[in-house]
Amino acid sequence: MTTSRRHFWHGARDSLPIVASAAPFGLLFGALAVDNGLSIGEAVLMSAMLYAGASQMVGIELFGAHVAPWLVVFSVFAVNFRHVLYSAALGRKMDLIPGWRKAVAFFFLVDPQFAAAETRYEVGKPLTFAWYMGLAVPIYIFWVLEAWAGALFGNLIAHPEAIGLDFVLSIYFLGLVLGFRKRANWLPVVIASGLGSILAYWLVGSPWHVSLGALVGVCVAVLLPLKPDDPVADAAEAPL
Amino acid sequence: MSNDFLGVSVNIWIIIAGALVTYATRVGGHLVLSRVKRIPPRVEAALNAVPAAVLTTLVAPAAVFNGPAEALTLGICLVIGLRIPMMAMFGIGWALIVALRAAGL
Repeated sequence: MTTSRRHFWHGARDSLPIVASAAPFGLLFGALAVDNGLSIGEAVLMSAMLYAGASQMVGIELFGAHVAPWLVVFSVFAVNFRHVLYSAALGRKMDLIPGWRKAVAFFFLVDPQFAAAETRYEVGKPLTFAWYMGLAVPIYIFWVLEAWAGALFGNLIAHPEAIGLDFVLSIYFLGLVLGFRKRANWLPVVIASGLGSILAYWLVGSPWHVSLGALVGVCVAVLLPLKPDDPVADAAEAPL
Repeated sequence: MSNDFLGVSVNIWIIIAGALVTYATRVGGHLVLSRVKRIPPRVEAALNAVPAAVLTTLVAPAAVFNGPAEALTLGICLVIGLRIPMMAMFGIGWALIVALRAAGL
């Protein structure tokens, strides 16, 4: 077996726990997407093109609330902004991945992909394109298939609120917030954006509580004393 | 939102634009930040806080403005979520909201 084929299969093997832990959320995305008014095709297209779980969930939550299109796109952008830091950190370590292949690799840079690639680099194993894609391809294929299967299932549910489907996104978002708890100044930021969003929801109304609340949290982060940070620690715990 | 723009549904345009900004974040860090020798620490602190800040705004009003079943579910999830894995917390939370609503809360 050639080296690159061997690396690809090592990557595929490394992807198995990630595929398993992302599966429930891939299916849930499909079901909630149709519940919030997307067609099955649109749900699959969103998973295939964005390939970013948390922001896809934020997107469909706002699709359901009928807010202005630019605000949906902006919220997706804001939630995915953490990838800027992943890309900057990992890009320096991708010397073995040349030119256009690097551009392809960045498309697949979801949280667990970043965590696995950083870990591989830290233990001194080669960060090759073959290993990287061996990891990425199964995660991606299952993610897209799960959107389709979830959407088919979601179409069959007549009363989503009877099985709590209208509320599971809030629980999911809470889980993501807790997943970031190792970040510097996490608690004051969360308290500030929580209070800010409640106040904005009450005074101005939806969807402005998202941008106004987040602005309060980010301002608190800027004003507080600086602390060092470890982006790999929380990427390893994010579902996708 | 079933209206069209240039013959294509607005939903599709949102998905395409969302995909472009997402890819921009994944390639942009490498293209832009690797050229800056050192990111100003306050800028980095702001960038670091963005995801938790945005996601919190989607949870907090849901806990306050829905009802007792929803508030209780998120409160319990907050406490247990600090101790058990995300997946387990999610499963327990889902069971809780269904049970509390069935109980008439």
